[in-house]
Amino acid sequence: MGENTLLSVEDLVVKYFLRTSTCEAVNGISFTIDKGERVGLVGETGAGKTTTALSILDLVPNPPGRIVSGKIILNGEDVLAKSEAEVRKIRGNDVAMIFQDPMTSLNPVMTVGDQITEVVRLHNDVGRFEAMDKARDMLELVGIPGERYGEYPHQFSGGMKQRVLIAMALACNPKLLIADEPTSALDVTIQAQVLDLINGLREKLGMSLLLITHDLGVVAETCDRVMIMYAGSIVESGTIRAVYKNIKHPYTKGLFGSIPRLDIETERLDPIKGMMPDPSNLPEGCAFCERCPNAIEECKTKRPQLEDIGDGHMVACFNPLKEGA
Amino acid sequence: MENNNYMLSVRNLKKYFNTPGGKLHAVDDVTFDIPKGTTLGVVGESGCGKSTLGRTILHLHPKTSGQIIFDGRDISDVSKAELHELRKEMQIIFQDPFSSIDPRMSVKQLIAEPLKIYKLCKSKEEIEQKVKETMETVGLASRLADSYAHELDGGRRQRIGIGRAIILNPSFIVCDEPVSALDVSIQAQVLNLMMDLQEQRNLTYIFITHNLSVVKHISNDIMVMYLGTAVEKADSKELFKHQYHPYTKALISAIPRVDIDNKSERILIRGEITSPIEPPNACRFAPRCEYATERCHNEFPQLEEVEPGHFVACHRVRELNNL
Repeated sequence: MGENTLLSVEDLVVKYFLRTSTCEAVNGISFTIDKGERVGLVGETGAGKTTTALSILDLVPNPPGRIVSGKIILNGEDVLAKSEAEVRKIRGNDVAMIFQDPMTSLNPVMTVGDQITEVVRLHNDVGRFEAMDKARDMLELVGIPGERYGEYPHQFSGGMKQRVLIAMALACNPKLLIADEPTSALDVTIQAQVLDLINGLREKLGMSLLLITHDLGVVAETCDRVMIMYAGSIVESGTIRAVYKNIKHPYTKGLFGSIPRLDIETERLDPIKGMMPDPSNLPEGCAFCERCPNAIEECKTKRPQLEDIGDGHMVACFNPLKEGA
Repeated sequence: MENNNYMLSVRNLKKYFNTPGGKLHAVDDVTFDIPKGTTLGVVGESGCGKSTLGRTILHLHPKTSGQIIFDGRDISDVSKAELHELRKEMQIIFQDPFSSIDPRMSVKQLIAEPLKIYKLCKSKEEIEQKVKETMETVGLASRLADSYAHELDGGRRQRIGIGRAIILNPSFIVCDEPVSALDVSIQAQVLNLMMDLQEQRNLTYIFITHNLSVVKHISNDIMVMYLGTAVEKADSKELFKHQYHPYTKALISAIPRVDIDNKSERILIRGEITSPIEPPNACRFAPRCEYATERCHNEFPQLEEVEPGHFVACHRVRELNNL
């Protein structure tokens, strides 16, 4: 682990134990995030993106979920080895999270200002008035006039609510901000405002960012590095340039083929055939094998591991795409 | 005006809702034509009135004023019985495949429902045969006939919605955000299906969405809406090449792009959408527009043709774009 590493996830396995089956949500993933780095985690519904994020904060709902094995090292300390009380100190303080749906993440019967004040007082030894001042400053920081401290969430629009959540997440100067689909519920012009805000604040406060999204465009505009997740495994990762310009995994290619492009005229989209396998019944070999046009014999029986193909570009595939394909 | 090449013509359509605060102008004076067998994409952000527009055309909301001409026939004021017959010709696909489908009906029953309502089949066998054909057309495996919606994923549910819409062989379908709830790879499959159906059956679509890349892919013409009014309308390729309205420019520049070598400068619009309740009779975008002048705050701009087939509603369009 390098000196610059903030977070390191090692061989993380998370399963949900249901009455009739076991859902393998995350299957042995490893990655690191450096200080000040912006990393995008991309995948479709059910790929295990949110479970990965919840694991970092030890928030996987238990039962039915459980982190079966693996390590999460934050600032050199193992999060999973800590007691509940110690982990609570990390949450919100060192690592903060913004959730997808700003409409349901706020308490409807508490003013937005009080909700931010609550966070400040939980993590800092400050008096009520000092905390309220801090909350007002945070509102101003995300572009909401401090006078709106006493208003309730229903008086805010979707974009404003997301700003309130950002203010709340950043109130304690976290070292890592996890944003789980922060703009998926917002309109494009508001999305642009919120992404600009997150980016600007990240630079100002020097945080690292883990951005979870299904939108390859958002990642391209916000991140340094990207990880593509499929059925609980990372199938490809690397710098934005390496992955976007030199796609190696057939799934990544399928994702790109599915988006209508603004810059290229396409008559027909070229989507991936079929659907993601049932996570409670994953195939023995590569999880993408059945939908993969490049599958070979080996794919049916063995699970591919992430391998470095140069310059930190990692791919988990027995028969990756050729150069320029 | 009564041009037979148009599937649908809408003239000065208005839909106001009564609210305690006054009249909410959901659709305000919208005019357009759709040629047969083509797609009109309607884009805009939440609350711009695009869904209300689609529903008002289908008489799902009574209109406030204006004219709707469907296949050469004025259907602005039709009786209930006439409307019932008309609905065979004009269908809708809803956004949310999770809430627009009855959870207590099987796939077979759901797709057969329109046939039963219109009593179009003489025997059970005939219904079954038609349902089978439709399921095949929309790509639902016949083994799913007895499944219920909760057993299926979003993509398959949306295929049920499409099946229900096309089984009566309509000529016109309003698609209200049909792929917004789906993952990209499934979204692409459904888009391809809809385009295939259009080609085979010469369907006319109104495709309502907030997703600009999807609308570019599927539409022949695009109309951009802001707070109930149409601000720009042009051929789809033309619109993505040249935008003349300040709002359209910002909207298109805000789309996150996958192409990392050609970053466009994002134009950020200040503030948020203003209230649609009793808006002033002026340009609706003026409060957020950096080019707004005195006139923009006092006078309502009409759509005008600035280039062949390219319509813009902006007082300053010519001077700002050197036209």
